[in-house]
Amino acid sequence: MSLLSGLGERLNHIFSKLKNKGKLTELEIKTAMREVRVALLEADVNFMVAKDFINKVTEKAIGEDILKSLTPGQQVIKIVRDELVSLMGETNAKLNVSPNPPTVILMCGLQGAGKTTMCAKLGYFLKKQGKKPLLVACDIYRPAAIEQLKIVGKSAGVDVFSEGTISPIKIAKDAIDYAKKYALDTVIIDTAGRLHIDEKLMQELEDIKKATNPTEILLTVDAMLGQDAVNVAKEFNEHLEITGVIVTKLDGDTRGGVALSVKAVTGKPIKMCGVGEKIGDLEPFYPDRMASRILGMGDVLTLIEKAQESVNQEELKKVEENLRKNTFTFDDFLIQFEQIKKMGNIADLVAMIPGLGAKVNASDIDETKLTKFKAIIQSMTKKERQNPDLIKASQKKRIAAGSGTTIQDVNQLMKQFEQTKQMVKNLSGRNMQRMFGRKINF
Amino acid sequence: MGFFSRLFEGNKKTKKSFAEKLKYVFTGNDIDADFYEELEFSLLSSDIGTNATSLIIDKLKDKIKEEKIKSTDKAKDALKEIMVSILENAEATKVKTPAVIMVVGVNGVGKTTAIGKISNKLTKEGKKVIIAAADTFRAAASSQLEVWAERAKVKIIKSSEGADPASVVFDAISSAKAKNADYLIIDTAGRLHNKANLMEELKKISRVVEREYPEAEYHKTIVCDATTGQNALSQVKFFNEAVELTDIIITKLDGTAKGGFLLSVASDFNLPIRLVGVGETLEDLIEFNAKEFVDSII
Repeated sequence: MSLLSGLGERLNHIFSKLKNKGKLTELEIKTAMREVRVALLEADVNFMVAKDFINKVTEKAIGEDILKSLTPGQQVIKIVRDELVSLMGETNAKLNVSPNPPTVILMCGLQGAGKTTMCAKLGYFLKKQGKKPLLVACDIYRPAAIEQLKIVGKSAGVDVFSEGTISPIKIAKDAIDYAKKYALDTVIIDTAGRLHIDEKLMQELEDIKKATNPTEILLTVDAMLGQDAVNVAKEFNEHLEITGVIVTKLDGDTRGGVALSVKAVTGKPIKMCGVGEKIGDLEPFYPDRMASRILGMGDVLTLIEKAQESVNQEELKKVEENLRKNTFTFDDFLIQFEQIKKMGNIADLVAMIPGLGAKVNASDIDETKLTKFKAIIQSMTKKERQNPDLIKASQKKRIAAGSGTTIQDVNQLMKQFEQTKQMVKNLSGRNMQRMFGRKINF
Repeated sequence: MGFFSRLFEGNKKTKKSFAEKLKYVFTGNDIDADFYEELEFSLLSSDIGTNATSLIIDKLKDKIKEEKIKSTDKAKDALKEIMVSILENAEATKVKTPAVIMVVGVNGVGKTTAIGKISNKLTKEGKKVIIAAADTFRAAASSQLEVWAERAKVKIIKSSEGADPASVVFDAISSAKAKNADYLIIDTAGRLHNKANLMEELKKISRVVEREYPEAEYHKTIVCDATTGQNALSQVKFFNEAVELTDIIITKLDGTAKGGFLLSVASDFNLPIRLVGVGETLEDLIEFNAKEFVDSII
């Protein structure tokens, strides 16, 4: 069984062998914690952090009452998850603002963590909030880093300050003078990626800090970091006393144990997450979602929220009614398509479903097919949509020609329609409600 | 300086912390349950991953039984042998020219830098190298590659930002043929492996190479960052499914990360390890040697 999908299932398996006595026993907890430990390690939580965590949670869980509504396995997951959430703490920690502008934000991190891109995203984010940010090009080492910042800054619509490859300390100082002169209220300093054990370059960062007195010192970490994340975070924190962490590349399929590791060793809040390649792909950090993700339970909450946001409840109710009356038509089918499309990129959504993310190849889900189906339905007459039985060979030919598709496509849609009809017929109205209307508890 | 003395130097910190951990493991004299549990922790904490870890421990148990090993010191030697044997299959064979090396990987692993270093190395060996700037997505990616091309004194084929990367590759192949180049190295945009559309784009680039340059030995090389955890396996899996990888390059092994996922890559994917990045200078991309690699971490 895949570890990615399996923690919940495996815990339930363990507990199915044990009699439910209403309280969790020490043996049960210890057996369960072994599985939790594997899940944490597979998620790249540092092994010492995982060990401490397990000890703490075990102590907490022994003797705890099992809630009536939960199985013992679910109860353990709940305890583990709650503890993870409280450890990663502080939902949506805000960026601090200096009482004496400009507010200086110093970005730091390893090579390739995504600092330059993140600078532009932050600039864009702050600009949207009505701030006047300035990006500062202090990476004088990596070839074309300055040019990269200029380009991403332009696409963010944010000014970029650069002075070529002179001392980054001087560049940073000059940038602050420039910001003061032009009444820019936030200065975001992009620095070169560096190894945490590179004493010379770490000293350079300390010097920049001294020269600019930043309000925020943000360590940018790649979500895919492994066990070494604790060393990185520890060193950067010891040298600079960071004020927060930004996790990048969370749109990948990594479980992101780094979030817990970094929080555990630095105690500093995670303030933002990078979740895509576009300039607006920046999100606040949600500890509850991260906890589910680390445990391999997918980003269920995000999925539910997205579904709730985009689904038009009234339209859905109508579809549901028709279903109950067994008068499901192509019009209803069309509404379903639109709902699915509205929920965003299907591949993205699938990746968020626990267990499915790893199994379903995103390219299997063909969005162009949806568009095609939509065109076919729209080429039907009103009557045909209401009464699919009217669609015979000659109608199919016309519909195919009208929608720019083939008769095979039309047949495929007809088949899918029948299947859907059959499938949703088996779902009661209540089930539909559960699918879209309410939060799912694991 | 020998290739791996460099690795030793870069890995001093790595070596120390790992050795300390293992010392803790191997100071007890009894090979008992505690011994194995601690050993498991040590391997896992080096990013070796649960699969390779249980494979290694099972093999060690067999070996201890077979060879009637009693002391933990002997067990340590046995462990090394096992790790080396897993990695030995992963030593890369020589590249035949003309060759195309398409370099792929997720964002920020060091693809462009690795290409700069490889080009430099090959040029010094007297080879004729052309590089194709097929990362037309990331801002200033081709400028970054251009700087490297200048340093290595090799020709670079590029296009404007946002251009079709497959067309850049097409042009580069024509140029490589016309100029009789020994190596054509293709820099591709970093992409997260779970993005279907970006992986499709990569397949398209790859098809152009297969169609237009069948006479060249075609290498599809993934670059992985040594600081990565278990996600490295997911990266290798997905890129392999997309373009059938032929080898792997590990970068950033000069930090404190152990790059333990290499063992998983070797045992799960049978992928030769082409080069290892151990520092920032042009010469710090070295050939992989299983025994020395294991020695450098244990």
